[in-house]
Amino acid sequence: MASNLRHVTAPLVENNPITLQILGICSALAVTTSLSTALVMSLALTTVLCLASTTISLIRNHIPNVIRLIVQIIIIASLVIVIDELLQAYAFETSRQLSIFVGLIVTNCLVMGRAEAFAMRNPVWPSVLDGLGNGLGYSLVLIIVGSIRELLGAGSLLGYTILTLASEGGWFVPLSLMQLAPSAFFIIGLLIWVIRSHWVTQVEVPKFSLKPQRARE
Amino acid sequence: MTDLLITAIFQENLALTFFLGVCTFLAVSERLETAFGLGLAIIVVQTITVPVNNLIYNGFLLEGAWAWLGLPDVDLTFLRLIAFIGVIAAMVQILEMVLDRFVPVLYRALGIFLPLITVNCAVLGGSLFMVERQYDFAESVVFGFGSGVGWALAIVVFAAIRERLKYSDMPAGLQGLGSAFLVTGLMSLGFSAFAGVG
Repeated sequence: MASNLRHVTAPLVENNPITLQILGICSALAVTTSLSTALVMSLALTTVLCLASTTISLIRNHIPNVIRLIVQIIIIASLVIVIDELLQAYAFETSRQLSIFVGLIVTNCLVMGRAEAFAMRNPVWPSVLDGLGNGLGYSLVLIIVGSIRELLGAGSLLGYTILTLASEGGWFVPLSLMQLAPSAFFIIGLLIWVIRSHWVTQVEVPKFSLKPQRARE
Repeated sequence: MTDLLITAIFQENLALTFFLGVCTFLAVSERLETAFGLGLAIIVVQTITVPVNNLIYNGFLLEGAWAWLGLPDVDLTFLRLIAFIGVIAAMVQILEMVLDRFVPVLYRALGIFLPLITVNCAVLGGSLFMVERQYDFAESVVFGFGSGVGWALAIVVFAAIRERLKYSDMPAGLQGLGSAFLVTGLMSLGFSAFAGVG
């Protein structure tokens, strides 16, 4: 059981899909302008990831190796269509804000990557947990980035005002940079820096190292 | 049309404004030459798939597209994801065979990156944007070409910067991926300065 639990806890921070495996970055950056869209996207992706891992793991012994990519893509695409239709039916406003990014879960490398790397080779239960763990790791980064961007960009969280804006008689002047695309890159870059300062083993070895400078006489 | 082209290349750059294909963008930008090859492949695939998907969407999936068969109520738009992915995969496969037969030099230069384009979200994203913004056929040709060029431009510039970055002395935790994110952020800021152009 302990080893099974590892499948859930390891991808949270140490083996995080975004900051270490470089998977699923595209959508992570685009939907984080506010916390609510980040939450909905996390939920959608975690659901798709769990279900896809389960399905692919269930039929892994029956998938011919040569067409496995096509089979995986079709399974994932069908699941995404279901989620997309559900969102449009029950959360239309959020689905409008997410725009094409729900559809893009199909080509999200995180889902394909875990299906290919884990679910194709492991029994059902570990695959479900692996899907759940990676989904949660992805969600964690999304929620952190989404909170920072919404708090500093609009002074609110989930639409509730936390910092009163200067235009409404408060003191907080929103940073409009946080609503723009570049801030997501900066926040994730700095997040990686923090994580790698703590887990030093993740640091990439530079391909070229500078010679130590000789002392001038 | 010129407006649309310039917008697609600079202001609404797929990689830097909409974060599409960023996974590939970060993974395949270590060397300038490979980045250039991949950029070229994206331009070709994007210019073909967006118009083809436009035809398929308007001809088969849209509500009322089957009216000529006496089925005016059939609405297959929910199938668009599977249809688009299928078209992209097929196009990449055909392009691979055509290049192998007629332009072997380019085929060898692109190598493994050609099949990988199937799962690049920039390509699927381009087609989905085409649907969302309701481009007609001519517009979709321009948009496909423009967005491809924009993506290629971004990755080539980024690879050139990264080649120089290898020689810089930075904090250990920022080495590699961390610095790549920060540089992309700065580039994205730079590209947003194009907002006034055109």
